[in-house]
This record gives sequence, structure tokens and C-alpha cells, in this order.
Amino acid sequence: MSKPKFAMYWAASCGGCEIAVLNIHEKILDVDANFEVVFWPVAMDAKYKDVEAMEDGSILLTLFNGGIRNDENEHIAKLLRKKSQILVAFGSCACEGCIPGLANFSPIQQVVDTAFSTVSTDNPENVRPQPSYDMPEGTIHIPTLYPVLRTLDQVVDVDYYMPGCPPESHQIAAVIDLVIQVLQGKAQLPPKGSVIGAGGSTVCDECKRKRNEKTIKEFGRIQLMHADPELCLLEQGIPCNGPATRSGCNARCPSAGAQCIGCYGPAEGVVDYGARLVSAFASVIDSNDPAEIDRILDGLVDPAGQFYRFNLAGSLLRAAKPAWKSGD
Amino acid sequence: MSDEKKPQERVGVYVCHCGTNIAGVVNVAEVSEWAGREMAKEGVVVARDYKFMCSSLGQELIQKDIKEHGLTRVVVAACSPHLHEKTFRTACNGGGLNPYLCELVSIREQVSWVHTDKSAATEKAKAIVAGGVRRVVHHEPLEPLHVPIHPATLVVGGGIAGIQAALEIAEAGYPVYLVEREPTIGGHMAQFDKTFPTLDCSACILTPKMVDAGNHPNITLLTYSEVEKVDGYVGNFVVTIRKRARSVNEELCTGCGICWEKCPKKVIDDKFEAGLGYRKAVYVPFPQAVPKYPVIDRENCTYYQKGTCKACEKFCPTGAIDFAQEDQVMTVEVGNILLATGWQLFDARKIPNYGYGRLANVFTSLEFERLSNAAGPTGGNIVLRDGKTVPKSVAIVHCVGSRDKNYNNYCSAICCMQSLKFAHLVKEKTGATVYNFYIDIRTPGKGYDEFYQRLIEEGTLFVRGKVAEITDAARNPGEEGKLIVQVEDTLVGKQRRIPVDMVILSAGLEPQPDAKEVAKKFGISCSADGFYIERHPKLDPVATMTEGIYLAGCVQGPKDIPSSVAQGAAAAARIVGKIQQKEIALEPVRATVNQEQCSGCRICNNLCPFNAILFHEDRMVSEVNPALCQGCGTCVAACPAGAISGTGFSNEQILSQIEGLLMLNLSSKEAAAA
Ligand SMILES: Cc1cc2nc3c(=O)[nH]c(=O)nc-3n(C[C@H](O)[C@H](O)[C@H](O)COP(=O)(O)OP(=O)(O)OC[C@H]3O[C@@H](n4cnc5c(N)ncnc54)[C@H](O)[C@@H]3O)c2cc1C
Ligand code: SF4
Ligand code: SF4
Ligand code: SF4
Repeated sequence: MSKPKFAMYWAASCGGCEIAVLNIHEKILDVDANFEVVFWPVAMDAKYKDVEAMEDGSILLTLFNGGIRNDENEHIAKLLRKKSQILVAFGSCACEGCIPGLANFSPIQQVVDTAFSTVSTDNPENVRPQPSYDMPEGTIHIPTLYPVLRTLDQVVDVDYYMPGCPPESHQIAAVIDLVIQVLQGKAQLPPKGSVIGAGGSTVCDECKRKRNEKTIKEFGRIQLMHADPELCLLEQGIPCNGPATRSGCNARCPSAGAQCIGCYGPAEGVVDYGARLVSAFASVIDSNDPAEIDRILDGLVDPAGQFYRFNLAGSLLRAAKPAWKSGD
Repeated sequence: MSDEKKPQERVGVYVCHCGTNIAGVVNVAEVSEWAGREMAKEGVVVARDYKFMCSSLGQELIQKDIKEHGLTRVVVAACSPHLHEKTFRTACNGGGLNPYLCELVSIREQVSWVHTDKSAATEKAKAIVAGGVRRVVHHEPLEPLHVPIHPATLVVGGGIAGIQAALEIAEAGYPVYLVEREPTIGGHMAQFDKTFPTLDCSACILTPKMVDAGNHPNITLLTYSEVEKVDGYVGNFVVTIRKRARSVNEELCTGCGICWEKCPKKVIDDKFEAGLGYRKAVYVPFPQAVPKYPVIDRENCTYYQKGTCKACEKFCPTGAIDFAQEDQVMTVEVGNILLATGWQLFDARKIPNYGYGRLANVFTSLEFERLSNAAGPTGGNIVLRDGKTVPKSVAIVHCVGSRDKNYNNYCSAICCMQSLKFAHLVKEKTGATVYNFYIDIRTPGKGYDEFYQRLIEEGTLFVRGKVAEITDAARNPGEEGKLIVQVEDTLVGKQRRIPVDMVILSAGLEPQPDAKEVAKKFGISCSADGFYIERHPKLDPVATMTEGIYLAGCVQGPKDIPSSVAQGAAAAARIVGKIQQKEIALEPVRATVNQEQCSGCRICNNLCPFNAILFHEDRMVSEVNPALCQGCGTCVAACPAGAISGTGFSNEQILSQIEGLLMLNLSSKEAAAA
């Protein structure tokens, strides 16, 4: 019997997710033992037309990382959806937009202008990429950028979500184990739409720091403070996103002395991560005086980055800007 | 959310015209047609608009549709749920539908009253209806919670409002605990000389009520006491009260007065005598105090401070003095609570240019009440600070600290009448020339404007203008040794300097200094100025948003004695009505913590205004006590893990409503998915 087929793709992402998969060490051999890898641009040579030629539903498992930034991303997302039985939004970009999604704060032209005019950009003629360009050899095309970045499930139907920037290797290994067990008839897949490779609570649940009732008089930046290594960071005024961020990482950052920045995304059932966190922080600010509250809030130097670093594209805020319909 | 099942509910949508209140701005027919057409795929099977949905015909319309169209959900687009949620829930119930399957969305307060652009308002109304429809399909049938009501009532504050309420409830046959933090009940009214507009003697009308309250078999008087803690909820409050040690055994004391006669320690009485007179270290605030037992003021008693004296103990014929007495902490169970904690006087020192505290003959209104009172420190003689000179000219300054954006914006309601009362008393007793400095004269009350007319006839002088300064720096002949009132007379249109012997500042009424803490203790809200917020400013002025907690008197806002008494009586009637129902139906809206999802982050722990959240240290999870939770939603909104959900306010319900509201903006794919 031929082995079930496996694919992995990167759309708008940094490549960290691919590394995380390779970082599962010898477990990668299990992947090889149990699957036939049919498409994985970062690891093997394959052409889109090969995928196009495959039978619909012939790939058992596709891990799709990256958000949908351009028409190529969208095309491959749709293609892989058609060819795959199980499509997993893999990593924060595919699940909720992640860092590339922060570009949604700005009109696309501004994004392009910024990218092609930074101090380190060597662009003396100040050119901008064009979707098509006539060469003596013929017309060449590059993908067209969309006005906003979308998450995978805003474009195609997604079976499972695996959060993390990138997903933790031990979680990837566990998911691969699970799929193998399912193949061997020893386990069952979770209901469609589930989040896999993560916990059901939030980072605080796994965090070992001591905590009390919270009252915040001041927010500070971790690099400027001497944080108590035992005590909850948030209580010390360090804006830790742990309370709102899905568990699964073993509270990596808070254990290492840094605040959680939220890469595992919202907790189960939470749609707008940023709104949740805003209301949680607001609830524990210890003042009734508007001026003092403003002063305390000024301690959060980058609210957009604090609350929406990973999930802007997936957040409810997107509804304020129906950009992919109207231009920008 | 893309894969949720399509709702199988049958929804009826009713768009109210509210006369022209809504229909004047929103095209209601268009909204209902749109809902019938565009929301059909969301389950809408009938959509109608009607002139007055809250009328019985409007309600019958819903009931008929429930039967004929087999409606399983109802959305009414009309006014705010505050007003008519109950009406439509009851209508649905009458039609055989669980009342909680009805959703009232506001297109009046949130649309027609706040917009003028008709087409935009109509679009917004559609969005709000869409939100309501999306939400209502997630509603679940609920049953109200029934809890018994404890027949006893706690009245906090023994001023005239509290006394009135306590007496009425007691007369109806139910027990009352009347808690007063001073040694006697009576409140501010006990300090006054005469009361406007009829000029009857304050003590003469107040003390019989105090005595009645003191003697009533159904009233337990707890003076010199304060509420420390309130647990529980409507019908079943458990209140912890600290009864401070009087150092006098009430069983033995006969109130004979020998102790305060013999006590060698004189203390300036800045409470009852407003600083103008003295009392002893062992004292009753005034002779008609109820109860009659004195208290020893330990901070001033020589024995407590220096270890020797005990004169009172030596002379007390019944051995009632008990230096070792300790505070008593007790808990009582009550079904309802009335807050009647009254007011404090605006501190006139805050306006330095009026000179109070610096210029001897500038008095506050409360000082004047004591000066004029026959039982007061001067035996009712209106004299200057030297205790003997009778003033020949007196200025009364209205609105001190009121209607002034530097202090309090509001009108203290009583100062005009109180100033007129003073003008009359000064004139009657001293024959002095009296000037009233006013911004506007406000005399809306029975017999009030007649009183003003009478004062004009009596020859009181009125100067319209806000006093700029009161000074003793003479500039012109005739000003030496006088207080000069500097004012712009706005009727004449020029600056005036009026020399007088005495100035009375009609300081405004402010909330008690601890109003905010007390509000927190009882779980009710204060407005920004510190007065407590009633459930509805017109239609429910004595209830609060917290079930079982009522207000009366100046705690709710500045007012005169008749209104304070009326509120006391009204609150009593409400409370007696509740007690007689024996049982109360509570909104079945409660929060619960999903223990699996709770991370123990403790964000919620400090937030619950009803102290319903407890944290289990051992398991590191939080839990809501459903008996205490009032479903306010504070914790639900705060929990970053989404672990807390509120019945009737589930994430699904709220998010569906938001999606409905934003429907036109979300991608078509998402909008199509329900
Ligand atoms: C100078 C002056 C003259 C006035 N003259 C008139 C007049 O002639 N006619 C008229 O109609 N109105 C007059 N008023 C208005 C009148 O004073 C009020 O309408 C009236 O006092 C309101 O009664 P109350 O019971 O609400 O409050 P209060 O009289 O203030 O009584 C409140 C009581 O609650 C007690 N208390 C407060 N906090 C607590 C607590 N935490 N625990 C326990 N007990 C507490 C206080 O000790 C007090 O006994 C006058 C006001 C002023 C300032
Ligand atoms: S807020 Fe951060 S530091 Fe505090 S308990 Fe949660 S994860 Fe740990
Ligand atoms: S909803 Fe939460 S905060 Fe509100 S009363 Fe209930 S437990 Fe307390
Ligand atoms: S806020 Fe939520 S997660 Fe945090 S302790 Fe409370 S219930 Fe638990």
C-alpha cells in the first residue's frame, strides 16, 4: 500500500515555521516513514503544475503556513485545499495573520513605498515592482499584492488550526504522532475546526510565577526594570500577554524572564484577542482618576503591537476596513 | 464560525414607530420590509412595523404571530431595554413563548434620537435589527430564580428621610434596623431653628418622630454604629454592623444628665453646634437626643487620655459608666436596605476670597442655624463672633460652592429658600438691613414663591450678582470696621461695594465625605459628583440598579425636607410591597467560570462588585458563587481567557450580534455564513 501523502507550503511568512518542523529532530524520520512528501518547496523541488495534476483529495495532510498576501498565495491556498483531505492552518500567520498582518494598519501603497525606500534599500531609481513587465524575451509576471493580508480561513475552508510563532516543536511532534496513530486506527481526529497542538487554557495556566489579586499602578518596559523572578510579571507592571494567550508553549517566555507577547493567539472561544486583553488590562488598572488612568496607559508604549501583534488580520477590527473589496 | 449550523428558529421582527419618536427619523417601513426580505435566510418569518409596539395592540400583535407563525424568537426594535424589555418579555410569555427568547434592540435612544440624517439612520437601524436577529437565535429559554425575602429592613442614616422610612416600615408591621453613626438620630434637621416656608420650629416637628422611632417595638435603633460589610443579595443580605462603645451601659443609664454636668472636660462641639458651642467629653448632642444615653468621646476624655478623672463614674447614680466597654460587632439578616445617609455642607474655606475662617464675622449657614436657635449657644440671639454685638446689616450670599464650575456644577436646591428663611429671621430678631446676593432666585415648591414675595414686602434687599470678594480692607468712607461685599450688580450693571457687619454663606449640599466608599460597600453607583444614582431619574427615583437597595433623601441629590420625607415614605412603600410578596424573582443571568479554561491568572478576582468571585489557591482556578453573582458581566468582559460566560450574554450571543451589526462590512463569504 502506498504511503499517505504530505504537503507543506509557505505563503506570506518568515520561514520560521518550516524550521520549527525540521526542529523536531529524529521525529522527522517518522514523517518520512509514514508519509510520502509530495510538495514542500522549502525542502524539496516540486512544481505547482505537479500539484495541479494531482487528484483532488489525494494529499492526506497539508500544513499551510503564512498569510494570504497576494494572488499567488491565494491560488496555492485554493489549490491545496482542493487536493488535501486535511488542511491545517499552521502557525500564527496562517491562523491569524501574525507580523505580516500588521501591514493591515496601513494602505498598501504606503507599505510598498516603505519597503522600497528604507535606508538600507538600494533603489537609486526609486522603482516599484509592477505586476507585469515586458522583456525582450516576453512578458513576465509577479504576483499582485492584495490591499490587506488575510488569514487562511478567510480564503478557504480550514480543518484545523495550529497556533504559535512558530508552533513549538514538541507540539508539532505530538500532532504528527496523533495523525500517525489515527492512520493506524489507534486514535480519532478531533472535531473539524479545532485548535490542535495547543492547550485549552492560557499561558498563565502553565506559568510557574506566583500571583495575587491584580492591581496595576504603572506599566513599565521589562528592559528598564528589575523584575522579581518569582512573581507574576503583569503584577509587576510588565504588560504580559499570558492571561489572554492560549497555553501550549509551557509558558516559555515568562519562564525565561520575558513577558508573553501572545504568539499562541486567543484562548478557546475568544474571537478578538486584542479586545479581550484590552479589557483585562483595563480591569486591573488601580485608579478611578481619568488623568491617572491616562498616565498609566501611557506606559503601554505600543498599544497596537501589544494587543494586536499576532492577530490583527484575524481580529474583529478587520471589519472596520473591508479593504479587499474596495481597494484599500 | 463558517461551519455553524443554520438556525432553525422562526424569528418575528417588530419595528416600532414610537409615534414620531422613531418614525420621524427612521424609515420604519423600509426597515421592516428589509428585515422580512434580507433576514429571511437568518430565520425571519414575519417582520412588521407598528405605531406603538408597547401598546396592548402592539403586544397582541406579537402574541398572535407567535401562535399563527409558530415564532420561536422575537426581536422588537424600539426603545431601550431599560424601559420596555419587561413589557415585551411579558408579552411573549403571554403568547406562550419563554420570555427570555425575546430581544429588545434600541433604535430610539441609539438611532432616532441621536441622528438627523434619515437615510443613514435607517441603515443603522437595519444593522441594529440584524444584530438582534443574529443574537436572538442563540438565546436559550431561562427560568427566573425565586428567592425568599427576609422581612427585616436595614435603614442606614437616621436623618429625617431615614426616620420617616423606618417608621412607615415599622408601622406596616415589619422589623427595621436603623443604623446611625452619630450618638443620636435626627440628622441635620435637628440643628435647625425654623424650617421654611412655614417657619415651624424644626425641633417641634422632628423630635416627636425621633421619639416614635426610638420607642417603636419594630425598630431596633443602632446609634453610634456603622455598617462594616454587606454580603448576600436582594432578599437575603447579611450585614455586619459595628456598634461603637459608648462607655455607658444602656441597661443602667437613665439619661439623668449628672455625668455631663460633672464632667470637667469642655470640648468645642464642631458637629452639632457647628463649632460655635461647647459640649463635655461625656455628652448627648442635644437634650432631645434619641436615644437619651450619652457617649464618652474617648479622644477627649481625660481618663482615656491621662488615666485619671472618672468624675462621671463617681457621680453616676446607677453605675452606668463603663470605661471598659468594647465595640460590639453584630450581623443582621435583612431583605432590603435603604440608604438615607444625607449630605454634608460644602466647605466654604475652599473659596478663599469669601474669607470664611479668616474673617471672624463670616458665618456658614449651619452656624447661623445654631445662632438663631433658641437652644443654641447664644440662646437664639443673632450676634457677631464676639458673642454680644447685634449686627445692623447682614449679607446673605447664595450659591456658595453651587452652580459654580470651580466647585459644584449643580444647584443645591435648598439654598435660596434657606437664605430667604435666614433673611426673615435676621430681620425679625434684629431689625438689621439684610442683603441677599443671588444669581437666580429659585423657589419652586409649595408656598415657596409666596414666601419670597413676603420677604420682598418685609423689605429685604436683593442684589443680583455673584459675589466676587468679601474683605475687611476698607477703601471708602463708611467701610472701616465692616465687611465689604464686592459684587457686580447685574441688574444695575455696575460694581458695588456693600459694607455689612455680618456675612452668611449659604453653602451648598454635598455628598457625605465617605459617599464613594459607602456606595462601594453596598454595591451601588455614584454619579461623578458623588450622589447616588437612582434606577430611573423620573420613574424610579428611590430604587437603585442593585436589587434590594433603595435611596431616600439627600443621598440621592440635594433636596428639601418635604421631598426627603416623601422619598423616605416612597422607599418604605416599595420595600413593604416587596416584603409582602414574600419571594422575589431574580433575573436568571449569572456568570460561570469554565474551570478547564480558567488559567488562574486572577485578573477577575478583585473586580466583582458583589464579591462573588473566589479563588481556589489549591487548584489555581477562580469560581463564581451563583448565589452572590448579580450577572453584571464585569468579570465576563474582563476574563482574558474567555473562561467566564454569562447566561444571556454568551460569547456566541454577543459576537453574533456584533457580526450582525457589521454584516454589511464583513466579507460576503463571512456574512453569508451564519
Ligand atoms: C442650613 C440649611 C438649612 C436648611 N433648612 C431647611 C428648611 O428650613 N426646610 C427644608 O425643607 N429643608 C432645609 N434644609 C435641607 C435639609 O437639611 C435636608 O432636606 C434634610 O436634612 C435631608 O435629610 P436627610 O435625612 O436626607 O439627610 P441628613 O439630615 O443629612 O441625615 C443623614 C443622617 O445619616 C447619618 N449618616 C451619614 N452617613 C452614615 C453612615 N455611613 N452610617 C450611618 N449613618 C450615617 C448622618 O449622621 C445623619 O444623621 C436645609 C439645609 C441647610 C444646609
Ligand atoms: S500574566 Fe504572565 S507572568 Fe503573570 S501568571 Fe500570566 S503568564 Fe505568568
Ligand atoms: S457577573 Fe461576574 S463580576 Fe458580575 S456579579 Fe457575577 S461574578 Fe460578579
Ligand atoms: S480572569 Fe478568567 S482565567 Fe483569569 S482567574 Fe479569572 S476566570 Fe480564571
